[in-house]
Amino acid sequence: MDILNGLVVFLNFVFIPAAAYGAQLALGALGVTLIYGILRFSNFAHGDTMAFGTAIVILLTWGLQALGVSIFPLPTALLALPLAIALTALLVLGTDRAVYRFYRKQKAAPIIFVMASVGVMFVMNGLTRLLIGVNEQRFDDGARFLIDVRTFREMTGLAEGLALRSTQALTVVLAFAVMVALFWFLNRTRSGKAMRAYSDNEDLALLSGIDPERVVRLTWIIAAGLMVIAGTLYGLDKSFRPFNYFQILLPIFAAAIVGGLGNPLGAIAGGFLVAFSEVAVTYPWVRVVGYIAPWYDPGQGNLMQLLGTEYKFAVSFVILIVVLLFKPTGLFRGKSV
Amino acid sequence: MSDQDAVFGNRGNRDLSVVNPRGRGMIDGTRRSGPVGEGRPGDPFLIGENMTGGYGKGADILHNCTIAVEQGQIAVIVGPNGAGKSTAMKAVFGMLNLRQGSVRLGGRDITALNPQDRVKAGMGFVPQVNNIFPSMSVEENLEMGAYIRKDDIRATMEQVYELFPAVAAKRKQAAGELSGGQRQQVAVGRALMTQPSVLMLDEPTAGVSPIVMDELFDRIIAIARGGLPVLMVEQNARQAMMIADKAYVLVQGANAHTGTGKELMQNDEVRRTFLGG
Amino acid sequence: MATNRQAAASSPWRAPIVLAILAVLFVLEGTVRNGMFSGSWNTALAILNMGLISAIVALGVNMQWGYAGLFNVGVVGFLAVGGLAPVLVSLPPVEGAWDAGGPRLILSLLVGLGVLAAAKIVYTRWRKGWLVALVLIAGFFLFRHLFDPAVVAIEANNPARHGNIGGLGMPILTSWLVGGLFAAAAAWAIGKVALGLRSDYLAIATLGIGEIIVAVLRNEEWLARGVMNVTSIPRPVAYEIDLQRNPDFAEFAAGWGLPVAEASGIWVKLSYMSLFLVVLLAIMLLAELALKSPWGRMMRAIRDNETAAEAMGKNVTGRHLQVFILGSAVIGIAGAMMVTLDGLLAPTSYNPLRYTFLIWVMVIVGGSGNNWGAVLGAVLIWFLWIKAEVWGPALIGLLTGPMADGPLKAHLLESAPHMRFIAMGAVLLLVLRFAPRGLVPER
Repeated sequence: MDILNGLVVFLNFVFIPAAAYGAQLALGALGVTLIYGILRFSNFAHGDTMAFGTAIVILLTWGLQALGVSIFPLPTALLALPLAIALTALLVLGTDRAVYRFYRKQKAAPIIFVMASVGVMFVMNGLTRLLIGVNEQRFDDGARFLIDVRTFREMTGLAEGLALRSTQALTVVLAFAVMVALFWFLNRTRSGKAMRAYSDNEDLALLSGIDPERVVRLTWIIAAGLMVIAGTLYGLDKSFRPFNYFQILLPIFAAAIVGGLGNPLGAIAGGFLVAFSEVAVTYPWVRVVGYIAPWYDPGQGNLMQLLGTEYKFAVSFVILIVVLLFKPTGLFRGKSV
Repeated sequence: MSDQDAVFGNRGNRDLSVVNPRGRGMIDGTRRSGPVGEGRPGDPFLIGENMTGGYGKGADILHNCTIAVEQGQIAVIVGPNGAGKSTAMKAVFGMLNLRQGSVRLGGRDITALNPQDRVKAGMGFVPQVNNIFPSMSVEENLEMGAYIRKDDIRATMEQVYELFPAVAAKRKQAAGELSGGQRQQVAVGRALMTQPSVLMLDEPTAGVSPIVMDELFDRIIAIARGGLPVLMVEQNARQAMMIADKAYVLVQGANAHTGTGKELMQNDEVRRTFLGG
Repeated sequence: MATNRQAAASSPWRAPIVLAILAVLFVLEGTVRNGMFSGSWNTALAILNMGLISAIVALGVNMQWGYAGLFNVGVVGFLAVGGLAPVLVSLPPVEGAWDAGGPRLILSLLVGLGVLAAAKIVYTRWRKGWLVALVLIAGFFLFRHLFDPAVVAIEANNPARHGNIGGLGMPILTSWLVGGLFAAAAAWAIGKVALGLRSDYLAIATLGIGEIIVAVLRNEEWLARGVMNVTSIPRPVAYEIDLQRNPDFAEFAAGWGLPVAEASGIWVKLSYMSLFLVVLLAIMLLAELALKSPWGRMMRAIRDNETAAEAMGKNVTGRHLQVFILGSAVIGIAGAMMVTLDGLLAPTSYNPLRYTFLIWVMVIVGGSGNNWGAVLGAVLIWFLWIKAEVWGPALIGLLTGPMADGPLKAHLLESAPHMRFIAMGAVLLLVLRFAPRGLVPER
């Protein structure tokens, strides 16, 4: 019984939150890795574009709520997603047209794209602030729980309860669906293969009759979709604060690099690896240990927490360094040598 | 290279966490094609005639150079290092700014076409390096070769597999994991997928072992005997001339000797200065 | 193929012209009072002082980027770690803090370093991953065992006023050097790892270390009191209140026809300005001398063709590490100066957008690789950054003037200060597009 209780605590406070967070990071890392693979630079504007897309979702959600539209028990934000993705894609395509295309024509060194993305980051940050301000916003209006603590206890008779928030379940399901769709697209369709070909060898793709500009446009549209979905899921699960979206850039980059930059499968694995390590290292294990090893007394006030939650960024960083030290190309072979 | 590269010098190009130098292209894909003109009566199937030009605005590399292939034949371009062999082929393929001369294929003047459109006009080109999609499977490489085709490509793919049984066995494997010789086979196969009317190979045997080289030459002869004219730049002049119906010896970007492979092999000057006795 | 006029030639007059424009802007700010300028010398000098500190930071970044092509995205971290120095060096010691847990704290930190060193030795000697992991895990628990009680004891010591370890009570100017040393140590650690990898991963590594340093400052209350801030950091210059009480100064102010309160503010800011200028010019001089020395020539050779330099037997990674440490040290000095100027260490104020990416805008706009460019670009961008906060609402007010009052107009007016982010992004993008080598290009 105690073992089961310990397992429930573990699932409730470590596994489920980490799985949801991991799915969000994986979607973000997929976007970063796609842009890295095809446009050949790390997009510093990624986090802020995620914030912008989510801000649009929130505004549309508020609009729908005011009209009385609802798809309870699912959050209204899901209804707002398609239009928000379309709007963000338009903005991102506009950015490409106004900023990046010039350098692509010039065959400029990738580092110039990175610099330009810093400029775009400032603009996106400002736009998001103009649109919705810097304060925290909540926009989750669906059912709170799929399973709540009380029901679970009554059902199982265990002392510990398990709560599965609907946003967590939604995150994992939606992220999984998006990943499957993306992999199907990249590996099975003509356009997806053209994207991979362009990423592998730009000149040969051109000579094979693949239109580079079309590949780039497709990439931005897909990246916009990934960004808005990742941002919205993150916002539904935690809450929306523009600055958090800037900070999430580090774990997202770490996930993409750990998995092997330019490798979509690696990005997903990296996202979950970073998320699980972050949660595991910053979780106070005292309750789980109390059930599993009741003879062990950690002493008063010892939470058995390896690092304070504030240091979760340190975890992504350490994972990154360790992986790069021992496996310089990432866990799955990426583009780097 | 452009002045945008010079902006930051070589700064920041090392940092793989922000930049991805792999697979970057050098061909200007934005150049638009001009009109296609009339060919001239009595032309060979493919001819680059009196070509003079160089890369970008740089100095001329080719001087009044002429290269031609007849239907069903193999033509090779040989010459010492730096003679402009690959440059001559790239000029035929439209990757060079020609200041003089013209390129005509199958009775049409295609001098104004960009490389992409020359592929559509019937040229199959295999670059010397970076000539496959390394992370894609052999089969996907062939599929990408046929990207411009709208019809059923399965028959062509089977023909390619028949021609190169070694890679047929590895069709699901990533092309980048194959051996050097097999990669070249994939590269040639990829170019054949468009069903080109002429095949152009830029040093197909560079960096492969002698045995693999012989096998590749066999395949190339088979392709030519099948009716597809082949234009090829070759470093291994002796072997190349043995299989050539026509050979061009270039020296400093200009035609030095032209003739059938056998003729040139017997030419004293060619042998002395170039084939090493 | 030149796509912009700038790529072809650069005029030797660019730097003086930018300097003159800056001078005019500051004089306008000091003298003209209208919708755009404040007309107060106090404001003008305050902007200039912060601009000078930004210039030093930009110099540090420019050493890394301009001399070696290293892309440092953790500027905020090196700035913050430098800012720790005035607190630890120049604050008076906190009564009771040392007795509460000082020795144990020092011991635990030494043990922590020892564990890292041991792990490194184990790795180089046996190359066994699991052995290193074992050393690290055991060491981590040992470290926490020593560290945690010490921290609890120190933070319990008069938490309302202190709760931190305090400083050594040494002169504030020494802390500037120490700030540089702190940043250099952090840079050594991170550079050793990130530059030593098979490929270069400095950007992501600095992004990470920047976040971590700021997180440490925010959360380790024994060190910097976290969100409670450390205040009343000693000053290297006079206090306004003392000046105002001094009859000689009152007479001096009257001689200039200024109210004594305003005059004291200007006096203090001028003193800071002179100090900052001395530091800036000294670093500038050293940087220029270094660039013209054989060392600088080698750095440029490595930057322009790494492969060739490596083939000639130059230790590229070693040189990169050197310049990375030097540049970070300069950033650290600026960090200490900034905390001194503010008289306060506010760990929550270290925002990467403001202290990393804005610095990058300064360097790129000024001209990468050119020290004068970095300095002038920094002061100019800082001036615009501050003034955009004022000009943005003015502009929006003007634009929305004809609009009917309503929620949209209110929202626009309210969010107008955020315009400066868009403005800075636009400045960077425009410079990158039309004058990519910056205002004062590298020679």
